[in-house]
Amino acid sequence: MGTSPPRELVLHVNGEERRGAAEPRVTLADFLRDELGLTGTHLGCEHGVCGACTVLLDGRSVRSCLLLAVQAEGHEVETVEGLAAPDEPLHPIQEAFSAKHGLQCGFCTPGFLMSVRELLADDPDPDEDSIRSRLSGNICRCTGYQNIVEAVRYAAELTRDSA
Amino acid sequence: MSTVAARYVGQRLRRKEDARLVRGAGTFTADIQVPGALHAAVLRSPFAHAQISRLDASRALGVDGVAAVFTGVDLAGRVGTFVEAAAKEVDKLQERIDVVVKSCPLPVMAVERVLWVGQPVAVVVARDRYTAEDGLEEIDVDYEPLPSIPDAESALGPDAPVLHPELGDNVAARLSISSGDVDAAFDAAPFTLRERFTFGRHAANAMETRTVQASWDDGRGELSVWITNPRPHLIRTNLSEMLGLPLESVRVVAPDVGGSFGTGLFGEDALIPFLAMALRRPVRWTEDRQESLSVTRHARDQVHDLELAYDHEGRILALRDRFLVDAGAYNAYAVTVSYNTAAHLRGQYAIDTFSIEGRNVVTTKAPVAPVRGAGRPEAVFALDRALDLIAAERGLDPAELRRRNLIPAEELPRPMGMPYRDGAEMVYDSGDYPAQLEQALDAFGYDELRARQAEWRAAGRHVGVGISSYVEGSGFGPYEGAVVRLDQRGRVHVVTGAKPHGQGLETTLAQICADEFGVSPDRVTVTAGDTSLIQYGIGTFASRSAVTAGSAVGVAAGRLREKVLAVAGELLEASPADLEVVEDGVAARDVSGRTVSFPELHAAAAPGPNNRMPAGVEPGLQVEYYFVPPAVTFASGTHVASVEVDVETGFVRVLRYLTVDDCGRMLNPTIVEGQIQGGVAHGIGTTLFEEALYDEECQLLTGSYMDYLLPTAAEVPPIEVGHQEFLSELNPFGIKGCGEGGAVSPPAAIANAICDALAPLQVNVNRVPLRPEALLELIRQARDSSAGTEEEGSA
Repeated sequence: MGTSPPRELVLHVNGEERRGAAEPRVTLADFLRDELGLTGTHLGCEHGVCGACTVLLDGRSVRSCLLLAVQAEGHEVETVEGLAAPDEPLHPIQEAFSAKHGLQCGFCTPGFLMSVRELLADDPDPDEDSIRSRLSGNICRCTGYQNIVEAVRYAAELTRDSA
Repeated sequence: MSTVAARYVGQRLRRKEDARLVRGAGTFTADIQVPGALHAAVLRSPFAHAQISRLDASRALGVDGVAAVFTGVDLAGRVGTFVEAAAKEVDKLQERIDVVVKSCPLPVMAVERVLWVGQPVAVVVARDRYTAEDGLEEIDVDYEPLPSIPDAESALGPDAPVLHPELGDNVAARLSISSGDVDAAFDAAPFTLRERFTFGRHAANAMETRTVQASWDDGRGELSVWITNPRPHLIRTNLSEMLGLPLESVRVVAPDVGGSFGTGLFGEDALIPFLAMALRRPVRWTEDRQESLSVTRHARDQVHDLELAYDHEGRILALRDRFLVDAGAYNAYAVTVSYNTAAHLRGQYAIDTFSIEGRNVVTTKAPVAPVRGAGRPEAVFALDRALDLIAAERGLDPAELRRRNLIPAEELPRPMGMPYRDGAEMVYDSGDYPAQLEQALDAFGYDELRARQAEWRAAGRHVGVGISSYVEGSGFGPYEGAVVRLDQRGRVHVVTGAKPHGQGLETTLAQICADEFGVSPDRVTVTAGDTSLIQYGIGTFASRSAVTAGSAVGVAAGRLREKVLAVAGELLEASPADLEVVEDGVAARDVSGRTVSFPELHAAAAPGPNNRMPAGVEPGLQVEYYFVPPAVTFASGTHVASVEVDVETGFVRVLRYLTVDDCGRMLNPTIVEGQIQGGVAHGIGTTLFEEALYDEECQLLTGSYMDYLLPTAAEVPPIEVGHQEFLSELNPFGIKGCGEGGAVSPPAAIANAICDALAPLQVNVNRVPLRPEALLELIRQARDSSAGTEEEGSA
């Protein structure tokens, strides 16, 4: 079976150094959820299509179900929990998703939020086509996407206003 | 009707549940860490139909970290089969219609024989999920393949094996409903249409896959289960029966649920609790997406042979439909879906002479379940496509044909000549379907689009428009309840059995409670999905929760207000009628400004020597109430879609999509619109992208999201939503359901639009899903046939 014993890992997650142990075959998603208790990152398909597990690795979106935890060593990982601490007000992207009813069951939402974070970092004022195209790697079964698109526009507005 | 003026009901309040969900701080079942839990992984059949000749798990038990392996044989005598609750629903119906449901209960795991690809065969329990999956690879199973049955028609053929000997044949259930002299109507009619309509297999695809966790308290003899499921009380009933435990010893909790889009019973629901009991250790299991695509909530899969008799003006005189449901290996839901199909087949149209026969047939595919729409999209697709064929034959615009057949508003409430699935008389209670059609056509600019169509055609563009409408019996019973309690801080806690999975019930139920009790929704919390908090519950499906749980919450909150005012009246020496609930307590309406705080009210309401409740009123500030709807209430909607077809690739682009719906009183229009937009997106996927496909041997071909295509933001257009608001008189707040309607009409509306776009070619879309390769084939056939006609004509 070729399993290897767990090894100690040090990851930089949401600006903090986090330690844990994992076999080399453990995915980044499982490590974040099970070892670090960051259960905001959700697993929808575990084969890299649905986007629910999207996190940022050095600022770029990745599928945490397709990366191994060991591959994230030495990189900056940002998860949904990093957008706003529990005692902080919502991040503008979170605020926008709530204000525009851009979520229903909320399961895919953390992945969308992280994709939008990357999108707005690249393009602070994306048009609808660009939003729809950039978010086509995240699947939502509940909303029909319309309110997600509106939420992204509003998030862009809030981000520009606060800049 | 409610006696209180609505302050919060009808407002576009932001959702209360968002606060945790946008932070990633929701608690989905897999997020719960039960200390010491072992992880299970399920070995599934790779064959559609086979005898298990040998199953050897000894090597798996040798894998480091594997704690146990169980097979179907090991469970025999220890775990029962699932309760056939849906079959009991037909008892009342049998007095009125011809309906037969045969018993064939779903087992937890296969014993000796497997009946579909994905059926559980064995389970490995280990220290973590990775190790449990290692264990699966070490189980040796020898299968002797048996003939598979790929569809319902083959299941009825003379050569088909009988899948379950106890059924006698492969028909697991059938129903027959009729009214009027159908044969005479067909004989006398000037025109008839006969057409076959096929609706392929769909899968619900909630984004959260199922997780089941269970913990057994040996000392107390109590089982706790956490499960991704919209019906925790139903799971409790099943576990009690299947595991031989008193109902009170089973607690089932559905935490945050990431979509569901239907119901269903699955082997793991009972298997994981059984393992926790057998091993005396907590056990958890999370389905992966491949498992989900092979076992979880397949749906639709119907074939209709529909006949309509009509006159020169295109008025429908009679309907005859014979349809088959491919139920998969077990018909676990009796006639739930097929009855829905039969009941909704006539939709908004005045057709009083009809004969409908449906049969649920077992095959070697995954068992189907009720999924968003649950039999209605199939019915609406068949009838609305047939209407467009008649319109074409009569040379009428499809909108005009509908005008001639819609039930006039003045006929409502209108009995429909049959019972509904709950046994009550089926009555369209309120609405105005003709006005709904006109509102939709006007908003869409239907006439302008028609006017421009000729110039698009001349320019080589294939643009078309399609219409579809539906009714939906919503708010299905038999009941839903609420426990409403006031705490010392003046917060109101609502508990209900209707577990939401994205519908925003924490907000809409808080809005109702706020109005009826008299505080702001900020001070109301709603908890659902825990059987230990409310004795009875049904669950969220069938567009029922706003109607049933909403009514229960409203009535209970009103009674709680009366109770609070009664005790306040004692303290303030005032008549309750002169008092009102305010943000920090109860105040007199007069100029005295006398108030009593919530803590003071609580002290006076508590049992004991200081109790100040009026004589005959029970202590405590809590009310439990169960709302029992007299019948379903009919929501409705009309959809208009325009599409452009690329005749070279077969790709269909949905240009615009517009809906007008009537869901009675809108508790929160933003949430209603979200339900409809999401439903339409689901319906667009159902029509153009998604299909659970099997090959001839019933191997599943769509086991990943590379093969089962869900629509993304790039495929779903903006959806324009309009409303009518005809209040229901069947519940205190005038509510009708809106959770499913969005998904009902897209297959018919889009198929009609495609046929309209390709009208010069006379393409007939009589099967959905319609993926590009299938549409290209239809276009090719149409071109061949028109080329043939031209050649004949020129010869």
